Amino acid sequence: MAQTATLETIYGLIGPLNKKSVDLTPATTFASDLELDSLTVMDLVADIEDDFDIILPLNMLPDLETIGQVAEAVETIVAKG
Amino acid sequence: MNLLDKFDPIVELRASLPFEKADPFKVVIEEVISETEAIIGGRHTILAGTNNYMGMTFNEEAIEAAKKALDDFGTGTTGSRVLNGTYGGHKALEATIADFYDMNECMVFSTGYQANLGIISALGGKDDFVIIDADSHASIYDGCAMGNATIVRFKHNDVEHMERRLKRLPADAGKLVVVEGMYSMLGDAAPLKELLEVAKQYGCMTLVDEAHSMGFCGENGRGIAEELGVEHLADFIVGTFSKSVGTVGGFAVSNHPKFDVLRFVSRPYIFTASLPPSVVASATASIQAISRSGNRRAHLWENARQLHSGLKDAGFSMCTQTAESPIIAVHLPDVMIGTRFWEQLLEEGVYANMAAPPATPAGMFLLRISVCAQHTSEQVSEIIARFKRTAEKVGLEV
Repeated sequence: MAQTATLETIYGLIGPLNKKSVDLTPATTFASDLELDSLTVMDLVADIEDDFDIILPLNMLPDLETIGQVAEAVETIVAKG
Repeated sequence: MNLLDKFDPIVELRASLPFEKADPFKVVIEEVISETEAIIGGRHTILAGTNNYMGMTFNEEAIEAAKKALDDFGTGTTGSRVLNGTYGGHKALEATIADFYDMNECMVFSTGYQANLGIISALGGKDDFVIIDADSHASIYDGCAMGNATIVRFKHNDVEHMERRLKRLPADAGKLVVVEGMYSMLGDAAPLKELLEVAKQYGCMTLVDEAHSMGFCGENGRGIAEELGVEHLADFIVGTFSKSVGTVGGFAVSNHPKFDVLRFVSRPYIFTASLPPSVVASATASIQAISRSGNRRAHLWENARQLHSGLKDAGFSMCTQTAESPIIAVHLPDVMIGTRFWEQLLEEGVYANMAAPPATPAGMFLLRISVCAQHTSEQVSEIIARFKRTAEKVGLEV
């Protein structure tokens, strides 16, 4: 389970994209809950990368369906340095 | 479980498009009159969406060479380049392209798609990184998916965005930056000098795809890298025969001393039949003709500027501020207008491309024209007039 601080940062980045004001939880999905199209997801990924100063490789994205999964992936990448 | 059910949303989307008289995915060209005219739906139509930039499809030398190759070598090679599929013609074509690019090495592939697929998948190994522009062509994305490298994506033509990502990659890792010289949907050119300089600063190898810039950019028609004087910063240049060259096939050129090993490791090069001798012969003749085609290049740019300024003056929303390429694209407000505009334009006798998401950036609906060097200025004026008439008929306010 990802840390609260990581999740809060990601919630903050999603905020402006959350047009339907969906409740954000680790289980929230990008495609069905937030209804983000692939282009918006791309911008969000770029924002997450820049905020955490990491690379979220394109190869990983198909497995990241929920906010919690993204937060955990971010923490793993940050820990690896 | 029906394996095709997962495509139902696509079927629905397709069915929701309001086409009545024609369908952009089912256009049949019944008769080809010239490089610039055809019969479509029984109607005499100006071709303004065929990527036939240099108008080489009826080049006499290319046709003669192809006919002779058919007589001498038959209809096909029935084999891979690494088995029985390399004829003298294939080697001559590779030498012609290497000479055209003033590079040491050239590999010819059976399509342009396979050239990107074959080079990128082979170069991007398990511990390597491939860094790509977000608006890259499908062949680049698919080359990435086929290889084992970690894929890093940066915002379209954004040098600073790319640099921020390059900074985060291990200094000693293998890195390949892949960019296109010209992007095919909007017809916008890449800031190639800045992109390649930054890539080199971070120790990356570089690949430039000149599919939509070969033939008419640069003094010799080699592409944007030549035009901007940065060919020395490109480790690999990839291109196609299916646009300016007027036939089908693809190539990669390089000065890398180990380039030839790719013939033994690039699966899209190995596990497919080589190009038929007639195609090889016409590509060779066409590239030789292109290298002598300064006047034709000049006329193509005149056509592009005339079309761009004509549509801009008429009030259309242009995708680029100036004619950066022979691809001239206009924004259309939504899918309904987009669909009806394309359909009505065809009724008026102009074939252009309707481009919709996901093939376009940022969810845009575009009408995309590709100008040909063989269009007369009268034809270009006619295209502009028919655009205006179409806008009136479909109620597009310009």
